[in-house]
Amino acid sequence: MLPLNANIVRTVDETPSTRTFFFDRSFEDALTGQFVMVWIRGVDEIPMTLSYKNAITVQRVGDATSRLFEIQEGGSVGLRGPFGRGFTLPKRGESVLLIAGGVGAAPLAPLAEKASSVCSQVTTILGARNVDELLFLERFLQCGPVHITTDDGSAHRCGFVTDVLDELDVSGYDRIYTCGPEMMMKNVFGILEREGALQRTEFSLHRYFKCGIGVCGACCMDDTGLRVCKDGPVFNGTELVGSEFGKYARDPSGQKKLF
Amino acid sequence: MVNITGLQLKNPTMLAAGIMGTTGASLIRMAREGAGAVVTKSIGPQPKEGHSNPSMVKLDCGYLNAMGLPNPSYEAFLPELEKAKDKAGVPVIASIFGGNMEEFRMVAEGLTPGKPDAFELNVSCPHAMGYGASVGTDPEMVKAVTSAVCEVADIPVWVKLTPNVTDIVAIGKAAQAGGADAVVAINTVRGMSIDIHSGYPVLGNRFGGLSGEAVRPVAVKCVYDLYANLDIPIIGVGGISTWQHAVEMIMAGASAVQIGSMVYEGLNVFSDISEGIHRFLEERGHKKTKDITGIAHERF
Ligand SMILES: Cc1cc2nc3c(=O)[nH]c(=O)nc-3n(C[C@H](O)[C@H](O)[C@H](O)COP(=O)(O)OP(=O)(O)OC[C@H]3O[C@@H](n4cnc5c(N)ncnc54)[C@H](O)[C@@H]3O)c2cc1C
Ligand SMILES: Cc1cc2nc3c(=O)[nH]c(=O)nc-3n(C[C@H](O)[C@H](O)[C@H](O)COP(=O)(O)O)c2cc1C
Ligand code: FES
Repeated sequence: MLPLNANIVRTVDETPSTRTFFFDRSFEDALTGQFVMVWIRGVDEIPMTLSYKNAITVQRVGDATSRLFEIQEGGSVGLRGPFGRGFTLPKRGESVLLIAGGVGAAPLAPLAEKASSVCSQVTTILGARNVDELLFLERFLQCGPVHITTDDGSAHRCGFVTDVLDELDVSGYDRIYTCGPEMMMKNVFGILEREGALQRTEFSLHRYFKCGIGVCGACCMDDTGLRVCKDGPVFNGTELVGSEFGKYARDPSGQKKLF
Repeated sequence: MVNITGLQLKNPTMLAAGIMGTTGASLIRMAREGAGAVVTKSIGPQPKEGHSNPSMVKLDCGYLNAMGLPNPSYEAFLPELEKAKDKAGVPVIASIFGGNMEEFRMVAEGLTPGKPDAFELNVSCPHAMGYGASVGTDPEMVKAVTSAVCEVADIPVWVKLTPNVTDIVAIGKAAQAGGADAVVAINTVRGMSIDIHSGYPVLGNRFGGLSGEAVRPVAVKCVYDLYANLDIPIIGVGGISTWQHAVEMIMAGASAVQIGSMVYEGLNVFSDISEGIHRFLEERGHKKTKDITGIAHERF
């Protein structure tokens, strides 16, 4: 598909570094956890998870995201998608645990909402650099209990999501989902592996995308050759055992960069 | 078994260059999916990030791409090649590019320790300034580059041709004169798409190369003409998505085929297409792909 034009009808500053862009186009059939390729015309095209059926939530980190932040309500971008494999939805009555770090809350907030209509319990561990950067706290609170951690201790607990995870009894959760910085997810992976819970856990991963449609191979993981853009971005924990996850990723040229 | 320039392929379908070919792991995965051989991403002398996105889009009639030859350099790719060679279980062909004879030679020598089964010279990428087709549209350059690599390589050398020329046969002959063991045709056809909402060209590089469905008749004609005029084998590529397409390409003159964009539809294309070819040959009482290679030339 060619990029579809999407007008930005509303923007919401969620935190000092993140903004939600609402479009006049809604991806009703999108699965939770799928992404769209967002074309900032004349600049770049970058992957973004749908944080609502009709919106993306973007953290400003570099060139393309900064240029996106310059686009006002009434402006437009091109969108292709939705692409990739989304989360496996929980079944009726199950209890789920979400572990979100930073902008990793973007795919997990819609999942929390979807889960809360069928699940017996939706618990979230939400981590951020500081209190102002806690993303979608309200959305998670609507769905169930939330454990908050901040790196600098400006809200609740000082520390990392893994500190909370270490104390929870994970055997009480039928499904676990996580998205955040890779180092955070690596530590989550370590704990869940130890607890024997990997098979019940899904990780939403991030690699550099070129084509975004599973052809070029830029986003392939070692040693399986799984494509993050097409076979992922959501992977079951068992698919990541022994992989490059948490160790290195490839840059746009394909060179390995250690974490 | 299909024999191409001395390489033994268990079936005549190969993974085309630039598709799932940046890492050893992905090449191994494609081999397991049934490809008879795999060609790596085109590898050059220095690391290259490629063009900005969008770098590939699907059209109604095919695909447009302008990746811009992203690659980690031959030095960083060597371990990937070694890994692919170790585990793929099928021939691994190293696609290489450079801006001149020296660069081509440097990359070929640099990858030789990885023991590729053949080199495929990319003199045909339509959208990387100073590389690819800027070499491949000049018969003298093609001949010079081919013989430069042949001098240092003791494995077969294939030359991949661009259709973006008036006379592809002249370029094919230049490759043959330079010592090429086979030619591969075709690379993508120059193309462009414009977003009518904004007037912006869609690809980050503004223009790129067309592949898939739309280029198949172009590829069939190129292969047909090359077969009529060259003495070396031809590997057909461009728009193949079914076994019928592959058979058509073989009848035009291809000894084997490569499949690129169709990977979009699913990784099972290699097994589906090779099984289809096999069934077709069997039903018609043929023993080998070779028996139908170029038969379209005998019909008039
Ligand atoms: C499946 C997926 C979903 C994502 N969802 C979100 C989201 O909901 N919200 C959000 O803020 N961010 C999300 N990201 C990350 C986002 O794509 C990058 O932050 C963005 O591309 C940065 O672009 P830049 O030019 O501003 O930064 P740069 O300075 O170019 O790069 C900063 C970082 O972003 C990465 N990046 C740059 N271009 C790409 C690309 N084409 N593909 C992948 N990564 C790239 C770089 O590798 C680098 O690590 C997601 C990434 C993936 C893979
Ligand atoms: C995303 C993409 C990347 C490509 N990269 C290369 C490359 O690095 N080297 C090369 O020789 N050809 C490259 N090609 C061209 C293909 O190998 C093939 O010649 C062309 O796409 C036609 O075949 P198809 O219709 O089966 O895709 C690329 C094609 C695509 C779609
Ligand atoms: S980005 Fe091209 S295969 Fe994933």
